[in-house]
Amino acid sequence: MNKNNKTKTVEYGKYGYIFILPFFIAFLVFQFYPLIYTFWTSMWQEVKTGRSSSEMVFGFGNYAQYVFGDSNEVFVAIRTTIVLWLLNFIPQILLSLLLAAWFTDAHNKLKGQGAYKVIMYMPNIITAATIAVLFYNLFDIHGSITAVMKSFGWITGETSMLMSGYASLFIIAFIQFWMWYGNTMIVLIAGIMGISPSLYEAAMVDGASSRQQFFRITLPLLKPILQFTLVTSAIGGLQMYDIPQLFNGGGPDISQGGQMVRSTETIVMLIKKYVSAGPQQNYGRAAAYSVVLFIITLAISMVFYKLTSEKKQSR
Amino acid sequence: MANNINISMTQDAKKFSFTKPFRYIICILLCALSIFPFYILFINSTLPSDQIISGLHFIPGNYFDNNYETLTNKSDVVSSVSVWQAMGNSLIITVPATLLQVYFAAFTAYGITVYNFKFRNLAWAFIYGIMMIPTQVSIVGLIKVCDLTNMYGTRWPLILPAIAAPTTVYFMKQYMEAGFSVEIVEAARIDGSGEFSTFNKIALPLLTPAMATQAIFGFVASWNNLYTPSILLATERDKATMPMFIEALKANDKQRDFGEIYTGLFISVLPIMIAYFLLSKYIVAGVALGGVKE
Repeated sequence: MNKNNKTKTVEYGKYGYIFILPFFIAFLVFQFYPLIYTFWTSMWQEVKTGRSSSEMVFGFGNYAQYVFGDSNEVFVAIRTTIVLWLLNFIPQILLSLLLAAWFTDAHNKLKGQGAYKVIMYMPNIITAATIAVLFYNLFDIHGSITAVMKSFGWITGETSMLMSGYASLFIIAFIQFWMWYGNTMIVLIAGIMGISPSLYEAAMVDGASSRQQFFRITLPLLKPILQFTLVTSAIGGLQMYDIPQLFNGGGPDISQGGQMVRSTETIVMLIKKYVSAGPQQNYGRAAAYSVVLFIITLAISMVFYKLTSEKKQSR
Repeated sequence: MANNINISMTQDAKKFSFTKPFRYIICILLCALSIFPFYILFINSTLPSDQIISGLHFIPGNYFDNNYETLTNKSDVVSSVSVWQAMGNSLIITVPATLLQVYFAAFTAYGITVYNFKFRNLAWAFIYGIMMIPTQVSIVGLIKVCDLTNMYGTRWPLILPAIAAPTTVYFMKQYMEAGFSVEIVEAARIDGSGEFSTFNKIALPLLTPAMATQAIFGFVASWNNLYTPSILLATERDKATMPMFIEALKANDKQRDFGEIYTGLFISVLPIMIAYFLLSKYIVAGVALGGVKE
């Protein structure tokens, strides 16, 4: 068998390279080179030398001027993105855990679980752009929900929730929560089902209640999956674009510490703004913001890989 | 011991009285919450604009045909493409991208699983490591690649990157490790089958269930993608995809016909909704698989 393996290596090993070649070519062209080029672009700053002339200067100019300079828009955007993520992730994970505990509770078996899962997951699969525009039309000044709120006297005059920065923030976070809790719930249910039933049987023989079983068995053994959910959600949340962009376009502008800031603008929306055609187009600035986002993403992934490798070592 | 069991039984008996009904009510409310916005979307697509503004309605009207007429006739006002053209444009990108994604994911995973070569472990560690890099961060460089290769404004940069989908490769490899025996490949060799024809004719049919699940998620991700197409096809309005059409539907803010907007949104949701309920069993199973990868 050993000998066999060896001849296989000699004869067929080279095919391995051919099989992985298309992946690596596509990766180099469409992901690796673009990433390196984005770093490179972030190092070149366009500096005006006259009314219609400019030159490119190499260095950290883009970072000095656009990240750490007068404009703090990228830090505002990072804060907005993190706030939006926290506002949707915390209720999302709590509700998902609760539902997952209910759905796997041997003491109180719920009927129709398949249907609940299918319906609760549904918003996740629908185009985010459509959902954002739908909610925009419901909450806008002429929106159906605004009309209902007016009839209850919750909103008076020619205004809407969209004109408030905080209300917009909460609605966007709610949409994200609403789209994602079904997904997280299914993942957690699968995780709980993966826990050995003998542990629960033993606990039941010892008279443990559902609550005790959940906190003493389920939660500790679910930790790796909770970590995984946390990290994928955080990385996905940092890339948030469709919902805030199409719900309220990053607005409204609100006054904060004496300056006007965009209340619902995320980092990716900023990047999009500076790569899009128009007077504000500035690839160097967009690239610098991309690098900032990349570094934050990388830091989160590193923490995750560290956590999982620690787990493997401890086993 | 007997005492213990007794306690747990009385606890259960006590809980039974309100726990279960309470849980059912919460579940049903959450389901209603999932459906409610789409129900309103459907109802509003059947009502005239002035009636939509007046508040929430729960009974469908008979204005859908008029709204549909407005939506399709004034396509030049809303966007340079009609809703059906946008759907076609999305399909032209999404179908080949999905096929490339699952085929080459299986291809790559097969290469790493079946062959023993020097950089095998390194290649695998690399693919695992790049799974979490988001594509959004390298958009500036992707625009440059499009310029260099004359692909800007074409659909290629939205299709070809699907060949390198690390997450899909990861799932295909997991699937192969669990249910694919390398002996089959060796048997095929003895029968004189070439390496590529072994993959295409013997391995691929065995990998079909995993590829189908991955294809659903690949299709959905590509179909729903707004960010990349809206940047790379910004100058090509006639190639606008479905999410870009939705964006244009919103941008056309001045003389809003709400009936038209809701009808456009409704048509954009309908195919996904139908496909979802047909495939929901596989989709929910696929989501569960995604989480237990650790």
